[in-house]
Amino acid sequence: MSDQPKIELRNVSKSFGSNHVLRDVSFSVAPGESMTVIGGSGSGKSVMLKCILGLMAVDAGQIFVDGEEITGMKAADHDRIRAKFGMLFQGGALFDSLPIWRNVTFALTQGRHKRTSDMRAIALENLERVGLDKDVLDLRPSELSGGMQKRVALARAIAPRPEIIFFDEPTTGLDPIRTDVINKLIVELVRDLGITALTITHDMGSVEKISDRVAMLYEGAIIWSGPVSELRSSGDVHVDQFVQGRADGPIV
Amino acid sequence: MSETGILSSLVAIFAAIGRPVVGGFASVGRVTLFALRTIQRALTPPWYPLRLFEQLFQIGWNSLPVVALTAVFTGAALAQQIYTGGSRFNAQSTVPAIVVIAMVRELGPVLVGLMVAGRVSSAMAAEIGTMRVTEQIDAMVTLRTDPYRYLIAPRLFASVIALPVLVCIANVIGIFGGYLLSIHKLGFNPASYIEMTNSILEADDIMMSLVKAAVFGFFIALSGCYAGLQTRGGAAGVGRATTNAVVGAFVLILLSNLLITLTVFG
Repeated sequence: MSDQPKIELRNVSKSFGSNHVLRDVSFSVAPGESMTVIGGSGSGKSVMLKCILGLMAVDAGQIFVDGEEITGMKAADHDRIRAKFGMLFQGGALFDSLPIWRNVTFALTQGRHKRTSDMRAIALENLERVGLDKDVLDLRPSELSGGMQKRVALARAIAPRPEIIFFDEPTTGLDPIRTDVINKLIVELVRDLGITALTITHDMGSVEKISDRVAMLYEGAIIWSGPVSELRSSGDVHVDQFVQGRADGPIV
Repeated sequence: MSETGILSSLVAIFAAIGRPVVGGFASVGRVTLFALRTIQRALTPPWYPLRLFEQLFQIGWNSLPVVALTAVFTGAALAQQIYTGGSRFNAQSTVPAIVVIAMVRELGPVLVGLMVAGRVSSAMAAEIGTMRVTEQIDAMVTLRTDPYRYLIAPRLFASVIALPVLVCIANVIGIFGGYLLSIHKLGFNPASYIEMTNSILEADDIMMSLVKAAVFGFFIALSGCYAGLQTRGGAAGVGRATTNAVVGAFVLILLSNLLITLTVFG
């Protein structure tokens, strides 16, 4: 079935105490599509990703991956679903006790020992895809710059060839040139590897470069969604304020 | 003060007492669940033997210097105190007996437990806590590796294995410290000192020493890993986790020591 969404959220809600982080969130991402969710800091974007990854349980609603409901799934089944996902964490989240090549191949070895020469070859192949070379293989994450760490993290996320990849603020903290490098990499990866992408960001430049569709999360609810071409003519005052980056408006 | 005012301040007092008590019980429950979950996961594959050896080296081998120093100084000081105290009623000759009993039954396990807790619980909490706040734990889950099996179980087992070995070494070194001081300063005869030590020491004492050590080892890793995994809120959170880990380990060690001693001798 070709029109079955890759990821679908139906009326998902999540709160921490009296703080309603997600309210009745529903949207879907089609296979091969690059979807971006925008929203201010603390609008619930990260929590949404963590719910889809099964790192947090939702309070209400359902999440489907390839038509399979993952909310309330058993741990063993969840592990099978997780094999479809790759995730680029905001700070990279590289394992700082391991050299770069072990980081990149971690999803394949799952921390166990596998033939070093094979693993190094796979690490190199993925590092080259993100524009790094063999010089970094034996370094530790702390010896790399922020931009390089992010690229290594990207290489680690794509190494097991996931079907879906999540980008959590992929360009935050990078200079404009590095930002563009990462944006280009995301576009290439989605196109070349046919990966479905779900990005959360508040970097508007990056939104327009990498997305097919955009949704805006405000106070835990989706207030607008549509193709990226309509983002600047959404007619929603919240979206306009966010897109234009103005301090005055309904969002304070 | 009006009647409702008195009533509400009474309620406030009870609430102030009740909140930490309820909180305390809740923590005990959470730590217990955490321990059970770790053990349950650790008994099913995948296992990580390399991580276990790494932790054995960290906890066991790297703790040797501090454990040896603590033991030798304490053993020597103990001998001097017993000699001085005993001389008040002509009981100086009990030095070898009391040194060996005190060292093996109590001081060896407790001192090693506390020293290793200071070294290891804090390090575990800081490492796992930093991994938590930098999302490395979440990343591990998304890379389909169970942090309980990969990070926690090796630490727990390594600590349970390493502590009895360390305590054995500390017992020997502590008794030797007492021996050195007694021979060179207090004028004991070496041969009779050793003979008295041998005759007083029983297999049960050694057994108790080892059981205590294993229990303390469990609590050291449990406290460190639990505090680490609970870490929230950046560098300050890691600091708090480290403190909680050490304080938690100390309390658990001293409390379980008392309970074991009372169970066996009470």
